[in-house]
Amino acid sequence: MAILIDENTKVVVQGMSGRIGKFHAEEMIEYGTNVVAGVTPGKGGETVLGRPVFNTVREAVEATGAEAALLFVPPPFAADAMMEAADAGIRTAVSVTDGIPAQDMMRVKRFLRRYPREKKMQLIGPNCAGVISPGKGFMGIMPPHIYMPGRVGIVGRSGTLGYEAASQMKALGIGVSTSVGIGGDPINGSSFRDILELFEADPDTDAVMLIGEIGGPQEAEAAAYVEAHMKKPVVAYIAGLSAPKGRKMGHAGAIISAFGESAQEKVEILSAVGITVAPNPSAMGQTMADVLAKRVAA
Amino acid sequence: MDIHEHQAKEILAGFGVPVPRGGLAYSPEQAAFRARELGGTGWVVKAQVHAGGRGEAGGVKVCKSEHEVYDFAKGLLGRQLVTRQTDQNGKGVYRLWVEEATDIAKELYLGFVLDRKSERIMLVASSSGGMEIEEIAEEDPDSLVRMVVDPAHGLVEYQARELAFRLGLTGDQIGQMVKAVRACYRAYRDLDATMVEINPLVITGSGDLVALDAKMSFDTNALYRRPQVAALRDPSQEDSREAMAHDNGLAYVGLDGDIGCIINGAGLAMATMDMIKLSGGEPANFLDIGGGASPERVMTAFRTVLSDPNVSVILVNIFAGINRCDWVAKGVVEAYKAEGLTLPVVVRLAGTNVDEGRKIIDESGLPLITAETLAEAAEKAVAARPKKAA
Repeated sequence: MAILIDENTKVVVQGMSGRIGKFHAEEMIEYGTNVVAGVTPGKGGETVLGRPVFNTVREAVEATGAEAALLFVPPPFAADAMMEAADAGIRTAVSVTDGIPAQDMMRVKRFLRRYPREKKMQLIGPNCAGVISPGKGFMGIMPPHIYMPGRVGIVGRSGTLGYEAASQMKALGIGVSTSVGIGGDPINGSSFRDILELFEADPDTDAVMLIGEIGGPQEAEAAAYVEAHMKKPVVAYIAGLSAPKGRKMGHAGAIISAFGESAQEKVEILSAVGITVAPNPSAMGQTMADVLAKRVAA
Repeated sequence: MDIHEHQAKEILAGFGVPVPRGGLAYSPEQAAFRARELGGTGWVVKAQVHAGGRGEAGGVKVCKSEHEVYDFAKGLLGRQLVTRQTDQNGKGVYRLWVEEATDIAKELYLGFVLDRKSERIMLVASSSGGMEIEEIAEEDPDSLVRMVVDPAHGLVEYQARELAFRLGLTGDQIGQMVKAVRACYRAYRDLDATMVEINPLVITGSGDLVALDAKMSFDTNALYRRPQVAALRDPSQEDSREAMAHDNGLAYVGLDGDIGCIINGAGLAMATMDMIKLSGGEPANFLDIGGGASPERVMTAFRTVLSDPNVSVILVNIFAGINRCDWVAKGVVEAYKAEGLTLPVVVRLAGTNVDEGRKIIDESGLPLITAETLAEAAEKAVAARPKKAA
């Protein structure tokens, strides 16, 4: 059944009336995603792409039973839109917005903690490509045709590097159960560990490709989780081997500022718990193929 | 975004942090005048640059006369100050801060940072001030006190008090510390800072707390709602190429190699640079062209990369999602013609509209080198470098 989204997931698009929101919502519908409504404050009652638009997420949820939300909301209003989705009962929200102030995300994370674990909204992103379960549906901005349906999960910070991994695997005949972009910001909704937990519990996922980069403690946290709880094999790649210390490499979060945050250190931490680390970004697909072959042989 | 020491001090003073009296100077005459204005018999003259390590680099001096202030200022203004935190070119000194000398009895460290593990603001303090936080962590780790602030209610007074006691403060210093810590937290929160550092925070001979140095950095994503902070930007302290790229919507970081990179996505850009390195080359830059790149944006990217004289090859690697390969290809062809390029250009396109994009490249009649995969692109870029005499 893949994770986070399948062909039945009812999706509401916050910001669907906007140019970008409409463009991507159309792609999602074309792919077969079950988009049920849009939300744009002040545009309630209108129809976009044949779907009703509501003023609030709560109204959209009450009228359509939407359970997931994709947010195309500009940075100044993005945090508010996330909190609105959480209070409306949305289970999974994906934010693609780049440029949200860090303190806004701090507040969102604190806000979400008011809910007990089983009721808490799973936030993916911000500053991410989104989530796709190939052949079923997607919420985000990725080119869906590069993904082949299959049984390997992908989780990564970078959108385009995730595309690279999916296409390398496709070229080797390896398909994807779900691919999740967790985003390049210093504070994000879901960590590697959060997504690994979902993949470990998903009967349709056999192995996971983890794509990390310099900066932050989340790869080390993922390594600790893999060591203690994960039975499925994990293949990893860490970008930024050639990145100098103290310089921000595009992503707000991609900066080496503490011990354990360089690519070399992360590779060591992951390798130490038995994760197979691809030696270079061109070998992500082949490394996964080798690990899967070994698993079948065993 | 970084600001100068004098700006950070002014901000923090506004929130209630005690700082020494001082004045700004843009000329030696003005520096001497500031000293006279302040009065007294000793002054500290400090170069205002966006880098630490100024003292050991000769950017700070305690002066005993107005003449000494004048002479030091004259030697410093207009110079490039190279510290252990700058590159070999250093940072230009265009303004000085002249401050009354402070009688130092003890030096403390006080800092606020964004802790990515707890995803909250973290307060870090130590009774061993005066050295870099990295050195303190290495040489006197037991002196470090860390506290995390819950954003729901902010820094609570008892936390500040507890901190003061753990730093060994006594008497009036407790109240002063509580006030200073809470002021720093409010400045951090209200102005969307990413870092506030007072190092050293000194206890004077008469037992009072004073912020002798101050550093603040700000969240660039929040500048839209902090115009008073955005106004403090000093372009003279920025790398001109990086600033230009940033103003054109490109993320660019200059590096030491000779293979110029134009890539979409920060992760793919880093991965491509890694691949170049593994293939035996050195990247000249990091450049993320972003989503929705028009032919014009591609041309701007080319101009940015070409403004680095060390570039001998250009590698374009685009995995299009919201981008379109045909637009990128068009931009590459136009840039090649407009710039009258003679250096080798390797182009790897994948994703949305890849066939149309490749067709534009193939039919352009230009000597562009094409590649199908990331590895092939990196290898071809390394192989295309002109052979240099060793």
